Amino acid sequence: MTDLTQLGVKDIRDGVRAGDFTAREVAEGFNAAVADAAALNAFIVTTPDHALAAADTVDAARAAGADLGAMAGVPIGMKDLFATDGVQTTAASHILEGFTPRYESTVSQKLWDAGAGMLGKLNLDQFAMGSSNETSYFGNVTSPWKKAGSNAAMSPGGSSGGSSTAVAARIAPAATGTDTGGSIRQPAAFTGICGIKPTYGRCSRWGVVAFASSLDQAGPMARSVEDCAIMLGAMAGFDPKDATSLQMDVPDWEAALSSDLRGKKVGIPREYRMEGTDQAILDSWEQGKAWLKDAGAEIVDVSLPHTKYALPAYYIVAPAEASSNLARYDGVRYGLRDLPDGSGLQDMYAATRAAGFGDEVKRRILIGTYVLSAGFYDAYYTQAQKVRALVARDFERAFAECDVILAPTTPTASFPLGENVDDPLAMYLNDVFAVPASLAGLPAMSVPAMLNEHGLPLGLQLVGRPFDEQGVLNAGLAIQQRAGFKAAPEKWW
Amino acid sequence: MSVDKATVAKIASLARISMDDAALERMVPELNGILQWVEQLGEVDVTGIEPMAAVIPNTLRLRDDVVDADPLTGGGRQGDVLANAPAAEHGFFGVPKVIE
Repeated sequence: MTDLTQLGVKDIRDGVRAGDFTAREVAEGFNAAVADAAALNAFIVTTPDHALAAADTVDAARAAGADLGAMAGVPIGMKDLFATDGVQTTAASHILEGFTPRYESTVSQKLWDAGAGMLGKLNLDQFAMGSSNETSYFGNVTSPWKKAGSNAAMSPGGSSGGSSTAVAARIAPAATGTDTGGSIRQPAAFTGICGIKPTYGRCSRWGVVAFASSLDQAGPMARSVEDCAIMLGAMAGFDPKDATSLQMDVPDWEAALSSDLRGKKVGIPREYRMEGTDQAILDSWEQGKAWLKDAGAEIVDVSLPHTKYALPAYYIVAPAEASSNLARYDGVRYGLRDLPDGSGLQDMYAATRAAGFGDEVKRRILIGTYVLSAGFYDAYYTQAQKVRALVARDFERAFAECDVILAPTTPTASFPLGENVDDPLAMYLNDVFAVPASLAGLPAMSVPAMLNEHGLPLGLQLVGRPFDEQGVLNAGLAIQQRAGFKAAPEKWW
Repeated sequence: MSVDKATVAKIASLARISMDDAALERMVPELNGILQWVEQLGEVDVTGIEPMAAVIPNTLRLRDDVVDADPLTGGGRQGDVLANAPAAEHGFFGVPKVIE
């Protein structure tokens, strides 16, 4: 029998439907793979019983001749930023350690309704703040990949590093991610998998621990474009409980997948040719152009003149929103309370937050507090919001000349854990290519292209018009078919 | 603009994060590095540009004026609301005494 843990979303769903294997066999296989992979530290908690119960429900429904959902029989990893009823939800922070929601996030509920089960809650950068998965209170996640000739532990990217590691290591066929400034795409690129951030508002934010509300968006991470299309369809949809949820129908992205790009124009933004970008990344970009041309697309040059200002604008807007969102962690309603002897309410707040937040989270709260404070608000925050408008306008103008934009996902391949931890700015630069699409709220995807000279995966990024996830997925599919990326990390854990 | 230790202490106090001297000292150069880097935004000509708060044009909806329209976010869930409180007392959130 085939090793079921090698299968992705589509193959599992189709196999369960056809009766080639049961959902329970799949869940048991992945539960065992998860239990065997503790060395990766991808999960904060595992929930094998949840996966088995969901599988049994699917198997019973099939036996009864009932219709099976789009994710029926697929056990997934859930980023620990989604509230899950009765299962600890921490955002990888100490301040939420032990927090057990009494409700289910909209996105996770939709996945369970579609027949998916949960293998566990995936590790991440604390409050999704980080690009290497080194800020979690529950320890670093280690990538399953190794640099050729080295045994150093590599970064799985961040913030969805538990998700990228689990999917790349084949201990989960797919996982949820969230992307505020690249947190789905950058880890997907680092680990040789696919990940798509849909248009802002496609997936409900209700029940997702908030980082920067005008940017946060959930999306799927999986090993193929088809799997992403299927899972995104199950996650997306209008939710009256999220004021920014898009009130529009969810297209059948899977059914409309087509890698025939004849008549499509692919824009190449000249400002993305930045100093400090690896030669191998630039080479992969050239290769990507050739692949899309081969699929029938016309390649055109476009300009996104404010690209270099997107990242600094992001590092004002996102911390500002974070400082406001994270004010809720006060030691009163949920989570940690640190009440030094004889102290009052204000001391309790300050002590709780000092003990509960990690360094990167504190840094961003302080930056956010500063840029929002009286006297600095206009110089920093308002200016950043205006630059954000210009970044969005750049894309609008570019999309008058092309249908989808092709760019690298990251300026470098994965790096060893520990390499960038002492330099916050160097770490932030990881997201230089990912952040512009986040600021503009556009759908964007990373697909694996090739391995670099050290045997590490490189990703290519596709950015589409608002609501045009289909165009992004189709171009991604064209790359996937031509790249033929089949590389998998060798099991060492 | 750059921040000194006293400014960082003030921000930390506004953010309700207690920080000792060593932590403040460590934070000063880190914050200054970031602030100096974001300063480049000042170069951008933003004449006539409206600050962007929402990326996708969307109007805020009003829900129907119905009690418990969605039971998930409606009332009658005191037990659930208090379930994760570090010090729930008599059906309320307990806090240290604030009035002498």
